[in-house]
Amino acid sequence: MDLKLDHHTKDGIEVVDVEGEIDVYTAPRLRELLIELVNNGHYQLVVNMEKVEFLDSTGLGVLVGGLKRVRAHDGSLDLVCTQERILKIFRITGLTKVFGIHDTVDEAITVRKSEK
Amino acid sequence: MSFTPLPVHVRTARLVATAVARRSGVQEALLDEVRLAVGEACSRAVEAHRAHCPAEPVRIELTGADGRFEVVVTDAAARDDGSQGLMGGPEGENGLPGPGYGLPPGDGLPGEDVGADEPDPLLPQGLGLAVIAGLADDVKISRTPAGLSIRMSWPLGEFQG
Repeated sequence: MDLKLDHHTKDGIEVVDVEGEIDVYTAPRLRELLIELVNNGHYQLVVNMEKVEFLDSTGLGVLVGGLKRVRAHDGSLDLVCTQERILKIFRITGLTKVFGIHDTVDEAITVRKSEK
Repeated sequence: MSFTPLPVHVRTARLVATAVARRSGVQEALLDEVRLAVGEACSRAVEAHRAHCPAEPVRIELTGADGRFEVVVTDAAARDDGSQGLMGGPEGENGLPGPGYGLPPGDGLPGEDVGADEPDPLLPQGLGLAVIAGLADDVKISRTPAGLSIRMSWPLGEFQG
């Protein structure tokens, strides 16, 4: 399956919904969206990966790039993911220590707002 | 088989490899690892070919023998750019990443230090191989004058052919 991207604002935080496969072919589209959001002043991001079917290191690189961009503006990029096969990639690369990873979008937003 | 080094073909390559692995008898529980590891190896090879030899195809071999399913992804991108090591990070055995690769000093984020206005590296140096090392049951990486060869294998269960 190809990659489907959507985004909306919830409680002042921009939620990016990602569906499908994030790999070397599709990752540039996610990168462009994250760059566009940051350029438009959205520095608090939640990337909802619940419908992601495949993620490789290219996708990880794009998420790390997004995190660097929002951090440059004292922002945040949190992830929503409960799929074990996706979480495994974050664990292998040690990125569970870098990203906030939550079970639901609401939880991600609540935690982020409580840390403000 | 071999394929033109285009990102769009990487998905096909990993799906074919997963299908062959399944038919060869690799356990269902391991197929996700095969799919991801093969995808990583092919992505790395495609990026290398695009940078160094875009006209040359990437080669992938899928074999099942002696109780192992083996995948070999070979690129033809001989590098003369003086790049260090295979990983861009601490190396361990067989050219694989050493422990703690994922969290280098500094800001704690892997990959190159990307300025806010610079393009991200699509594949942070070494991250793909770090993933392969964490997934494949057995990995050997060898560099030849012609390029890099990544040999990965998993145990075969019951033959399903």
